[in-house]
Amino acid sequence: MDLFTIIFYAFALLALGAGSVVVFSKNIVHAAFALLFAFFAVAGLYVLLMADFLAITQLLIYVGGILVLVIFGVMLTNTVISVDVKTGTVQSMPAVLLSAALAGMLVGMFWSTDWKVTTQQTLPEATGNELGTMLLTSYVLPFEIASVVLLVALVGAAMIARREKKA
Amino acid sequence: MSIWIPLIKIAVIIGTILNSVIVLVWAERRVSAFMQDRIGPNRVGPFGLLQSFADVVKLVMKEDIIPRNAYKVIHDLAPIISIGIAFSTFAVIPIGNSIELFGENVKLQVADVNVGILYILAITSLGVYGLTLAGWSSNNKYSLLGGLRSSAQLISYELSMGLSIIGVLMIAGTLRLDQIVELQASYIGGWLPAWNIILQPVAFITFVVAAFAETNRLPFDLPEAEPELVGGYHTEYTGLKFGLFFLAEYANMITSSAIIVTLFLGGWHFPYIENLGISPFWLSLLQVGAFCVKVVGVLLFFIVIRWTLPRFRYDQLMNLGWKVMLPLTLANVMGTGLVILAWPWIRNLLGLT
Repeated sequence: MDLFTIIFYAFALLALGAGSVVVFSKNIVHAAFALLFAFFAVAGLYVLLMADFLAITQLLIYVGGILVLVIFGVMLTNTVISVDVKTGTVQSMPAVLLSAALAGMLVGMFWSTDWKVTTQQTLPEATGNELGTMLLTSYVLPFEIASVVLLVALVGAAMIARREKKA
Repeated sequence: MSIWIPLIKIAVIIGTILNSVIVLVWAERRVSAFMQDRIGPNRVGPFGLLQSFADVVKLVMKEDIIPRNAYKVIHDLAPIISIGIAFSTFAVIPIGNSIELFGENVKLQVADVNVGILYILAITSLGVYGLTLAGWSSNNKYSLLGGLRSSAQLISYELSMGLSIIGVLMIAGTLRLDQIVELQASYIGGWLPAWNIILQPVAFITFVVAAFAETNRLPFDLPEAEPELVGGYHTEYTGLKFGLFFLAEYANMITSSAIIVTLFLGGWHFPYIENLGISPFWLSLLQVGAFCVKVVGVLLFFIVIRWTLPRFRYDQLMNLGWKVMLPLTLANVMGTGLVILAWPWIRNLLGLT
């Protein structure tokens, strides 16, 4: 086993381990912290695959942005209201069916896709340039739809916050 | 052999930062004393220079107290996160051009990353963890308030920080910090240094304000506002762990100054020195010197501002961040884009080549 393989398995193990803590932990604070390690491990995998832009974006958006807000929210509910937030299991049957369907879809994708394997060991110069051009030309529709989803979430959050104030 | 070069670079950079922090704390106390018509520390060593070393020894010797109801692991982890992030940002900053040392061409930059600017943004966005976790794990209401304030403040100002960098990126067309510095090492009209502070004045101002907020310096030091919050997020920290937070704050100051210099003040560029015909080795050394002088200048600016402006109120801070800084940076991105689009036309109109 060469160094690359060892590092790959280390990051993969970390991602899987932290991911299972996120899913199975009863304490929501622990789950939030485990998510931190899962995100880091995925960023490490991106670096190994020489996707530098993707790795940095993973750190910037998921670890530095979204997870801060998650931990922020968890910490606030936990400490200020002093209620232990526990996670429980509800509606296990529909959840099992949905997850099984999703897992089947993912595995199907995995087997049917014609994976392009490259032995390239050097970084392509300026990956950000090509990614940006593609996002604003060939993939502009998915890109914009993703931002509409965010807008809807924002409006929804504002609506919920407003309604509580009136009551 | 090649593995030793990065290690030596890391050791040199971290050693320099650690010692600079000690001198910086001394400088801060002397400058503040001067501004308030006092004398400041002047007993230990010449001009009181060894005062900060004595303070470090004192901090190391003190007892480490952890509150009984604190979350111990996270309480220990928080200062380590803070200091780690303060140091790792420095990895991508080019402190000089490449230099010939012992027959090897050494690049004066620890890590030459393709996406240097994004790396800086990503790492600084992690800085919020240190403060937030410290505030939360202490299990103290004042600490928690400090931690909450820091998260809200850092998230709000990160946005303006990123957007003000975009103006620089649009001009440079690259994410590599060494190339951004090299582009600044030219002249407009043959004499005016093409530093980004001249090309992007609005971005420079918004970036500096955001840098103040990101480093929790006055007038943005709400996370540790002493009159309201005892000590803010580090209320429950003593001894060496408090020292680490202290160190991280000053290391962050040095790093932000270095980023400001790299992005806006020409980095290691020493205007007009190319025409003097100095040998490449001494030229590189002089450029490193120019970089250090610029960083020290920005640091002095940080210190003077701290002792000039009072602290913001919390709502003023948020208003400034969201209603002034954000529209300003967005307008700057729009304006820069328009000028870049119209540039060929303007050039024809003015008859420039």
